[in-house]
Amino acid sequence: MIAPLGSIIDDHRVVVCVGTGGVGKTTSAAAVALEAAERGRRAVVVTIDPAKRLADALGLEALGNTPTRIDVGPVDPGFAETGEMWALMLDTKGTFDDLIARYAGDDEQAARIHNNRFYQNISTAMSGTQEYMAMEKLYELYHEERFDLLVVDTPPSRNALDFLEAPGMLTRLLENRLYRALMAPGRGVVRAVGAATQALVRQLSRIVGTDVVDDALAFFRAFEGMEAGFSQRAQEVRALLSSDDACFVLVASPRPDAVENAKFFAQQLLEGGIEVRALVANRLHPYSTAITAAEVAKKQRNTSPERSDCWQALLDYQTLAEREANALAELTEEIGEDVPQARVALLADDVCDLDGLRQVQAQLFPG
Amino acid sequence: MTPEAFFTASRLLVVAGKGGVGKTTTAAAVARAAAQVGLTVDLIALEATPGLPTLFESGPLVYEPIELYAHRSGGSVRGRLVASDDALVEWLQDKGFARVAKRLRKSGALEVISSATPGVKDLLILAKIKQLEREGDADLLVVDAPAAGHAITFLQSPASLAETATAGPIRVQAEDVLAMLNDAARSRILLVALPEETPVNEMIETAFTLEDRVGVHLAPVVVNGLYPPLALDGDRPRVSGQLATDLDIAIELRRHRARNQAAQVERLARELPLPHLELPFLFTTEVGPRQIDELAQHLVKSIEQLPEANS
Repeated sequence: MIAPLGSIIDDHRVVVCVGTGGVGKTTSAAAVALEAAERGRRAVVVTIDPAKRLADALGLEALGNTPTRIDVGPVDPGFAETGEMWALMLDTKGTFDDLIARYAGDDEQAARIHNNRFYQNISTAMSGTQEYMAMEKLYELYHEERFDLLVVDTPPSRNALDFLEAPGMLTRLLENRLYRALMAPGRGVVRAVGAATQALVRQLSRIVGTDVVDDALAFFRAFEGMEAGFSQRAQEVRALLSSDDACFVLVASPRPDAVENAKFFAQQLLEGGIEVRALVANRLHPYSTAITAAEVAKKQRNTSPERSDCWQALLDYQTLAEREANALAELTEEIGEDVPQARVALLADDVCDLDGLRQVQAQLFPG
Repeated sequence: MTPEAFFTASRLLVVAGKGGVGKTTTAAAVARAAAQVGLTVDLIALEATPGLPTLFESGPLVYEPIELYAHRSGGSVRGRLVASDDALVEWLQDKGFARVAKRLRKSGALEVISSATPGVKDLLILAKIKQLEREGDADLLVVDAPAAGHAITFLQSPASLAETATAGPIRVQAEDVLAMLNDAARSRILLVALPEETPVNEMIETAFTLEDRVGVHLAPVVVNGLYPPLALDGDRPRVSGQLATDLDIAIELRRHRARNQAAQVERLARELPLPHLELPFLFTTEVGPRQIDELAQHLVKSIEQLPEANS
């Protein structure tokens, strides 16, 4: 018997929804927050790139980087009135800018970094920045203690490690040997570095252009003194994610190729020291327990032509659903049969408002 | 329009779309259909994922091309992986930086610069593709572009770098690649979407962004995963109990999806003035050479219905 998903809300302070693209992470994350609110908790969901209509419906579009309260309407009288649902849409650049402003030694240092083109590049377009900022936002909200439960949506990724390594991204960049070679000897004066490093910088300039290299060097200089703090926080975020406070929910679509990806994802997380504590199998096609696909095909052959298409509708879905059931059984075996699991049927329409979210919620937390 | 005319309208065809819309499957079907009219096709993957090779029952792709499919007409599909690291090293060697390339890599200097100068890696991949396009070894290059919003970043890289890099080999590359992307006789973008609300929105947005910011030329768009029509309005089979319920569920869901699909296809046609190529939803979970072949045939039929003037 499959364990229900309720425990993930009751036993943790952080829920992280992970999975490959197009499997419904955002709606699952939002539905978890909605459920938590109805159970009387103050929950916030950090969404990443939600579908526009859902964002609009939740009133998410206008706001920047701070949580907005979602009006979830009258809650079940059985639950405490303390329940609240909040949401924010992650602004990657804004979060990065805030971090710099907060941890810079003074305004001048912050401005130097903010205005640096190399920084502007890494804060907007470098791969991994979005994941990194999602984790920083999580960490910030965790320490604010305004919320009982933080639910985090994650950017689509084929590789779970991208995301686990995200908090250390900047630290790794700063630990780069080039940076060390440039910064070590003369307290950040490039002129003081050895001939070998200078030659290297010249070569690099010839390839990518002097501007690019100058910008990078200026960034490294401007960042001086802030590395330790960023490195420390990266470790703390990582520790939080590995702790019992955090719960990773793997969201997967039941198609065999997607299940392969999900299995790979779960293995990678485990290698990173993180266990998948819940599984959401999303967008399942309707499965009939009354008949098999082979039997439907037989009935179709024996029916009148005008009714044949009705059987075809059932046959099409049943064929898919039987395959999905097998793929899902494999995935269940991979992540463990005792791991709580929810199965969400393919909905007739895209989830684009609170009602749609409630339909997902009802399936995630039945009964 | 004849498939020959469609597939030879430009040597490069970049297949792009949001994650999960069947971009890789479409790229494979395009390549296969082109090979079936006698063309030599290079199918280019940018990520070392098993998805694409599986569609041809092949092992992992590598930098050197390997044959994936041969057709009796003499056409063929060769697969290759153009990953950024290989492209970078090859590019450095071509530019006479072979000796320093190793040292730059070892010191990590190159990594810092390329990861933090967004676009350099993408540009070098595009530069490699441009080189293949110029060499003309293959009649058609089909690129399975990176997913989602990343396709925009990817195709925008030459335009942004042409702006930021004021001089040097990077700027020259950026301008050369941009020239290819801006020339309809050399390259086209084939966008793929599912007939659902969010993918359609995203396709429309991507189409306009790519045209405005990069100046690419869009081929007809591919609407993938279309449910074949069923006649469900007549009498239902006489059954009872659970089976009757399940049959009703299947019929209702199918009708609902068909209505939604029609509405989304119609909206796409209204909001994005590009002809559609239609690919059916396959009610199977195995996708291999047989299914790709089926899709290739649908694609050809759809191309034949395009008016002559569109390319």
